[in-house]
Amino acid sequence: MQSQATYNYKVVRQFAIMTVVWGIVGMLVGVIAAAQLVWPELNFAEWFHFGRLRPLHTNAVIFAFGGCALFATSYYVVQRTGHTTLFAPGLAQFTFWGWQLVIVLAAISLPLGFTQGKEYAELEWPIDLLIAVVWVSYAIVFFGTVAKRRTSHIYVANWFFGAFILTVALLHIVNSMAIPVSLTKSYSAYAGVQDAMIQWWYGHNAVGFFLTAGFLGMMYYFVPKQAERPVYSYRLSVVHFWALIFTYMWAGPHHLHYTALPDWTQSVGMVFSLILLAPSWGGMINGIMTLSGAWHKLRTDPILKFLITSLSFYGMSTFEGPMMSVKTVNALSHYTDWTVGHVHSGALGWVAMVSIGSIYYLLPRMYGKTEMYSTKLITTHFWVATIGVVLYIASMWIAGVMQGLMWRATNPDGTLTYSFVESVKASYPFWSIRLLGGVLFLGGMLIMFYNMLKTISGHQAYDAPVVAPAAAHA
Amino acid sequence: MDINDFRSILTVLGLLCFLGIVAWAYSSRAKKGFDEAAQLPFADEDMPDRDVGHRKEGTNNG
Repeated sequence: MQSQATYNYKVVRQFAIMTVVWGIVGMLVGVIAAAQLVWPELNFAEWFHFGRLRPLHTNAVIFAFGGCALFATSYYVVQRTGHTTLFAPGLAQFTFWGWQLVIVLAAISLPLGFTQGKEYAELEWPIDLLIAVVWVSYAIVFFGTVAKRRTSHIYVANWFFGAFILTVALLHIVNSMAIPVSLTKSYSAYAGVQDAMIQWWYGHNAVGFFLTAGFLGMMYYFVPKQAERPVYSYRLSVVHFWALIFTYMWAGPHHLHYTALPDWTQSVGMVFSLILLAPSWGGMINGIMTLSGAWHKLRTDPILKFLITSLSFYGMSTFEGPMMSVKTVNALSHYTDWTVGHVHSGALGWVAMVSIGSIYYLLPRMYGKTEMYSTKLITTHFWVATIGVVLYIASMWIAGVMQGLMWRATNPDGTLTYSFVESVKASYPFWSIRLLGGVLFLGGMLIMFYNMLKTISGHQAYDAPVVAPAAAHA
Repeated sequence: MDINDFRSILTVLGLLCFLGIVAWAYSSRAKKGFDEAAQLPFADEDMPDRDVGHRKEGTNNG
């Protein structure tokens, strides 16, 4: 039996479409930055310089592309699993327009050189304030919807989304504390090594909660739905959720190995990073095993291909991360392209692929259709993207290990064997391969954009009727 | 007792809290609720029966 009311699909639709748009923009900036490393002549004026485009790329892909995907999927999942419409739909609309304004302001202010100089938290204080207001509104809409749900349980995906929303609010507000001296310039409220530690407490938890917990929320809804099987072990999902929550907060110091940070803090960060392998793989195993007994679906369903491949990359990068946090490994890997390869294994392989799969699931439903315009094009997108990721991370691994070995090589008399610029010269072929990988991944997004336009054109927006919850469980 | 003792106690309490959660999750009492919750995505058919939003026939590429 269905009631008259319809779910608030409008805001889901808006965020889903902007996910694809900002994905193309953010990855295009990434491709330009990669090309600048191959051809330094491409560093035109100061506002088109690598140093300014690089934070624009990271902000655009993480907060614009990833952020829109998280807004879209969380608003969808919390409504559908709670059998209720959004709490405060007007406020939800505000989160959409507010978030787009944040993205546009970032795209203007970063090339102009306005920055707080904190990685993944570059935006200046007026934009930080706007982010805080949008984020608190997001929390009100999300938790308000959880509160007015018509089911007795809160589905595990919503736990992950909820943890992501709460923690990002905390991280953003604490790390962005600054003393403004003008509209476009501020100084951090913290000093010295405390400032560095708070920055990487923020930075690593941005990875742990923005780029992991939120996307695990996505995984816990869309993998079971697309595989048409319940999650492999609900119990495991509860245990690895709390394990992630209790562990991630401590891992930040691994970004500051061999710095002014006290040694014991570095070691604590390393140990907790190693422990993180267990809850991370708990999620990966839980997602992949959801498919057990239905593996044949992988052969024909490209959306499932995206989702399951994303989990494989999640497993790979969450093995690699703890390994790189070991101080002796970090002595080789830090400041090299290995780190860049690791990040993209997570960002392209895990975050982007699980988002792309989920958005392919959402888009037709937003227009009352049963599937995308072309399933073949989704398959093409999958293979182009996968080859792109593999080229990207393999080239960065080789380049990174080579750089680390060249930088540490010494002659018998103790002098350095190689000058820095020799390692730059040796890196060129790999930077070219990385550029090719990035171009392929961007090309996949353009295929998705075309498929999205063809799916939408000629179709009216569709808002599904609210489904009454099943009769109370016996 | 200085603030570092308080921090140590908090860390130990955090661990105990987590172990409590694990014990609860593996208890037979939690199982029924978990089984019900795991079915939540399926108590909700979100696939339109047919294409409902289209203006013209035959645009759906099968």
